[in-house]
Amino acid sequence: MNIRPNAILEVDALERRFDVSAPWLNRLIERKPRRTLRAVDGVDFAIQRGQTLALVGESGCGKSTIAKLVTGLHPPSGGNIRFHGDRDRLQMIFQDPFASLNPRWRVGRIIAEPLRTLRPDTPTEQVSARVDELLRTVGLAPADGLKFPHEFSGGQRQRISIARALAGEPEFLVCDEPTSALDVSVQAQVLNLMKKLQKDMGLTYLFISHDLSVVRHMADVIAVMYLGRIVEIQPTADLFANPLHPYTQLLLETIPDLEAPKRDRSPMGGEVPSPVSPPSGCSFHPRCPLAFDRCKVERPQRRPEVHDRRVACFAAEQGKTDVQ
Amino acid sequence: MSDVVLDVQNLRVEFPTRKGILTAVDDISLQIRQGEILGMVGESGAGKSMTGMSILGLLEPPGRIAAGTIHLSGDRIDDLDDTAMQSIRGRRIGAIFQDPLTSLNPLFRVGDQLVETIRLHTDLDKSAARERAKDLMREVGIPAVEERIDNYPHQFSGGMRQRIVIALALCAEPELIVADEPTTALDVSIQAQITALLKRLCRERGTAVMLVTHDMGVIAETADRVAVMYAGRLAEVGTVDDVVRRPKHPYTSGLMGSIPSLRKDVAELQMIPGSMPRLNAIPPGCAFNPRCGHAGPRCHRDIPRIDSTHTGAACWLGTKGEVA
Ligand SMILES: Nc1ncnc2c1ncn2[C@@H]1O[C@H](COP(=O)(O)OP(=O)(O)OP(=O)(O)O)[C@@H](O)[C@H]1O
Ligand SMILES: Nc1ncnc2c1ncn2[C@@H]1O[C@H](COP(=O)(O)OP(=O)(O)OP(=O)(O)O)[C@@H](O)[C@H]1O
Ligand code: SF4
Ligand code: SF4
Ligand SMILES: [Mg+2]
Ligand SMILES: [Mg+2]
Repeated sequence: MNIRPNAILEVDALERRFDVSAPWLNRLIERKPRRTLRAVDGVDFAIQRGQTLALVGESGCGKSTIAKLVTGLHPPSGGNIRFHGDRDRLQMIFQDPFASLNPRWRVGRIIAEPLRTLRPDTPTEQVSARVDELLRTVGLAPADGLKFPHEFSGGQRQRISIARALAGEPEFLVCDEPTSALDVSVQAQVLNLMKKLQKDMGLTYLFISHDLSVVRHMADVIAVMYLGRIVEIQPTADLFANPLHPYTQLLLETIPDLEAPKRDRSPMGGEVPSPVSPPSGCSFHPRCPLAFDRCKVERPQRRPEVHDRRVACFAAEQGKTDVQ
Repeated sequence: MSDVVLDVQNLRVEFPTRKGILTAVDDISLQIRQGEILGMVGESGAGKSMTGMSILGLLEPPGRIAAGTIHLSGDRIDDLDDTAMQSIRGRRIGAIFQDPLTSLNPLFRVGDQLVETIRLHTDLDKSAARERAKDLMREVGIPAVEERIDNYPHQFSGGMRQRIVIALALCAEPELIVADEPTTALDVSIQAQITALLKRLCRERGTAVMLVTHDMGVIAETADRVAVMYAGRLAEVGTVDDVVRRPKHPYTSGLMGSIPSLRKDVAELQMIPGSMPRLNAIPPGCAFNPRCGHAGPRCHRDIPRIDSTHTGAACWLGTKGEVA
């Protein structure tokens, strides 16, 4: 994995910390220490041009933070990000379409903005023709360009943010839960469109979704995160056929399954640990059915000799991979 | 019928606009019993949120209830004034929205917001309310409650913020919870926690839940009955098993067909051709007729409705697979 001939994005030892201390005065009075939260804690991955890498993992594990680091919305606290593409053609679809659409702008202007930034001297008629086309592409009508965001339902707003991202003619698209507010039939249209754009124009996607059936359909490679780290990274088919990390195995078991619903499903045991004071050693050890002594003191790494750097787990190193 | 908590009869929601009246919800009737979870699914923009907003008395002008009645445990609530409705919201009906930021004030610590809501609806004193707030935060799976209770909303991940909102909705132990895509932004394990929590509330406290979601897996594992909406109307209502496995309405079948599978690989997802008509261009007869492969002459003439049993499909398609 050292040779990355065609990587468009390489991320090494990436870190992002947030200061979540109590206010200065409270700290003084209550003698509380400063507190740092490690949202992203030593993350490595690369994405090949024209491919899709998906980030999955529990809420709060750092997926959106990675997305924001990659797009430059947050500066990293450590490590580095190398982007071998055109920064101007890096676009993002935000997790929260409510917060990311300017409520005072008409939808047409919102969608036109990245296009105007990219090519400031595009004639107005050409811009509006492109906006109309984009609105149709995401299943809205050209007349919708005259309305304001609040006149749309949640899923319609998400389609607006997709149209806006596409307006910037991206070569690299960071998609943070791009279809989470869409019903499954519109979702199918958007996902088919994204795949078509990838095939026709060689787009690269960093794709975040909690819906593992969507991820399975879209991703070439899946990285599973836990508490700010990548604990497993594998090509999609391998990950589903042979999950190596105990957390991945439990995650796959928790997927709501339409084809075989388990109505008495119990959520994964144990409390989600705090990223402010993560457990020692392997941060999954308090919830891991395979944990042993070493896991509490030493932090497992992804190593070349263990499944080709696909997993960070001591049990997996010893060939134990089944939580049942 | 004494255990009916929510009874909606012939609800109609309109938006008067310059170009005429838009009907966002068109003659919807549904009931939810004590301890029952009704799932609501359907095309983005079909009117699910507007139905929920009408029940909560939160329709924003110019939107208005133009016809129909809403009863909560026998009390009529659709004609109450704002003050009366405000006291019902929070106390008797809990609301959980897709966008947690609509329910949280960014300027206040989450703990203070919980304490304030608890004190508004109970007679607990400040320190008891704070203890109750911590319990609720634990109940919804927030790690390290002591550390996080004094954080601001922006310091939480999207999923954690949503869990805080759920804690807010539970403060007063309401008899009905309207949950509009509560798990849309959440990963599968938190999703499993939240749905388990909703199911437990139903079982133990007899809470009735209206659960709007696009995730059919969640519906299959959580809801007792499902209502499918299309273009402001009900397309189909039935038990989960009937609707998911033996859909009667062609729209429902299309919806089920477009879900990415966890088992099968497909190059392209199945789509329903076309898109939902704009509210100002709903065709005469069945609103689904431009996209339906079974449409016959009657479908272009008469609007199909679900019969007075409130179960079945709003479709002229007979059991022989032909339009009568
Ligand atoms: N601006 C911030 N200040 C302090 N803490 C933050 C900030 N932004 C994120 N965090 C914290 O960083 C961690 C990672 O958050 P992030 O939003 O990346 O999670 P996520 O994996 O995208 O979760 P979700 O699936 O819920 O969207 C969380 O513990 C969150 O509380
Ligand atoms: N202020 C408004 N003015 C005019 N039309 C509106 C307004 N607000 C909502 N609508 C329309 O009402 C219809 C119903 O919207 P609603 O939010 O109920 O959809 P939904 O079924 O919840 O969709 P989603 O799954 O995307 O959240 C939509 O077609 C929307 O465009
Ligand atoms: S390193 Fe130990 S605790 Fe961590 S996942 Fe592997 S077996 Fe479990
Ligand atoms: S009523 Fe007619 S057009 Fe409508 S869904 Fe049934 S068969 Fe199709
Ligand atoms: Mg996120
Ligand atoms: Mg909605």
